[in-house]
Amino acid sequence: MDFLQTLILTTDSAVRLSVPLLFACLAGLYSERSGVVDIGLEGKMLGGAFAAGCVAAITGSAWLGLLAAILVSIGLALVHGYASITQRGNQIVSGVAINFVASGLTALLGQAWFGRGGKTPQLPNTARFTEITLPFAEPMRNVPVIGRIYSDIISGHSLLVYAAFIAIPLTWWILYRTRFGLRLRAVGENPGAVDTAGISVAWMRYRAVIIAGILCGFAGAYLSIAQSAGFSKDMTAGKGFIALAALVFAKWKPLNALGACFLFGFLDAVAIRMQGTALPVVGEVPVQAMQALPYILTVILLAGFIGKSIPPKADGVPYTKER
Amino acid sequence: MLRQFFGAAALATIMVAAPALAAEVKPAVVYDLGGKNDQSFNQSAFHGAEAYKKDTGTDYRDFEIQNDTQREQALRRFAERGYDPIVAIGFSQAEALKKVAPEFPETKFAIVDMVVDLPNVRSIVFKEHEGSFLVGLLAAKASKTAKVGFVGGMDIPLIRAFACGYKQGAKAANPDIEIYENMIGTTGAAWNDPVKGGELTKSQIDRGADVIYHAAGGSGAGVLQAAADAGKLGIGVDSNQNGLHPGNVLTSMVKRVDTAVYNAFKDLSSDNWSSGIYVLGLAENGVAWADDENNKDLITADMRAAVDQASKDIIDGKIVVHDYRADNSCPF
Repeated sequence: MDFLQTLILTTDSAVRLSVPLLFACLAGLYSERSGVVDIGLEGKMLGGAFAAGCVAAITGSAWLGLLAAILVSIGLALVHGYASITQRGNQIVSGVAINFVASGLTALLGQAWFGRGGKTPQLPNTARFTEITLPFAEPMRNVPVIGRIYSDIISGHSLLVYAAFIAIPLTWWILYRTRFGLRLRAVGENPGAVDTAGISVAWMRYRAVIIAGILCGFAGAYLSIAQSAGFSKDMTAGKGFIALAALVFAKWKPLNALGACFLFGFLDAVAIRMQGTALPVVGEVPVQAMQALPYILTVILLAGFIGKSIPPKADGVPYTKER
Repeated sequence: MLRQFFGAAALATIMVAAPALAAEVKPAVVYDLGGKNDQSFNQSAFHGAEAYKKDTGTDYRDFEIQNDTQREQALRRFAERGYDPIVAIGFSQAEALKKVAPEFPETKFAIVDMVVDLPNVRSIVFKEHEGSFLVGLLAAKASKTAKVGFVGGMDIPLIRAFACGYKQGAKAANPDIEIYENMIGTTGAAWNDPVKGGELTKSQIDRGADVIYHAAGGSGAGVLQAAADAGKLGIGVDSNQNGLHPGNVLTSMVKRVDTAVYNAFKDLSSDNWSSGIYVLGLAENGVAWADDENNKDLITADMRAAVDQASKDIIDGKIVVHDYRADNSCPF
């Protein structure tokens, strides 16, 4: 098979695989930029995925599923917010608790409601976000290079994929070009200054945490009603943590986040695609080596190539108003 | 309070009544990581246990393990509580069973998919390669692109045996056929990763495959889904999965784990228990290709004739299907 074909199809697969990471990474970005460490991305995604799976199965509407995912995820985010902003609790502990609750509760409720071992019923295509073909994808196919990129990589994804890629520039714009963004960044670096300016630190942080909830809801809905056809137990499989690593990798910047998430998605896609194919010089690489590749590269890149990654200064520090 | 009282009363009634109903056996099943609702391998075992319960009224206990360390605990706890026979589902239980079975020499154990050579253990293994040969033959005949795919769960000799039989069958129908083979992973998590199963399937479809056979337990849902989404054909495994996507599942390689579990329960209760190794192939009705309402339009008369002939030849010994596990290699 020709190289270009393989590259295009791998990139296409990478786009699909990087979407949940993108949403979760941006969620973490909002939360951490405001000074709330969010290790509960995984749990919120899982909760969202479960809600989307249930509601889509019952109502038969993907949109209601998405809405439910967002609501549940916001609910979990508010629990985290209440513990870490209002009660000034330890943010890591609260986040880990959310992960445990989500992992246990989704399996339990799924079993109690549907009796399928924590799975939700399989969804028909009408209750999912299915792949959409962008206009002119077919005629464009014959145009060299650009045509293939357009019709194979850009076209033919579900709506949520496009939402993820729109969320990146949108986040950049919000963060660097709006008053809200300026305050959000300030509250994560120096909440005292923000407070002095007469802006409520708690309210800023709550808003950031709610945005994180919305984005995790999208990530979860993507997993259960776009990428697959139903929720299955622990289906996030550590993606929340990978997104967190990507966030560090991206130095808490939205455009870098795109690069980091896409890199992780691409490595995953390469691992899947290269399996069982003979490479020049080395011959057929064992499956195990290919599957370890993303992790090995992550370690190497994190250790040597990206330089110093400095978190927001007040990240993880609860704000106590001086009286 | 009142509710609790009634609860307790009901419980007491059951406890009194239970010995009368199930005087001989107290069976238990320990499932593998996919869980009893994986719509595949474990679910087949679950159906066997349910069928026994329905036929005899004998209740059974079951346990779905959540991680590898629970296998031994679960087996030992069932044995300590006097459950007999205890059926362990899946090859991964073998190590745990080797430890637990000698501790309870009076208790009868059974294991599916692996041989544990102990006096109180019945080992039930299947000739998956024979069933896979048949579905491989069907796949090759159904393929319009002369390219078919295989997605395995965990990369182990058992799953390689599925793949090897499938390849032999496909090549028997069309010697020039191209076969893609992928494994989802190398750990137990590979049985429960439908997203990755789906991605592998998409990658095979992109390369031209139009019939994809999976032997991936719970991950197989993703394989069949991806095949159905793309309008291609999937092939199910272990349980009859034809009904998951009617019209887009060519057939299923049915492995009669249900019968194995049912018989283990029945043999002990009727005093016919025998330990030792049972190898169930086509001749013993241990494996089969699924033929029902959902796929009757997909199987043409020509295919049916070919597959019937092949299965007769295998039973008569005219076709010898290579077993990957015999020499850890696949000549196809």
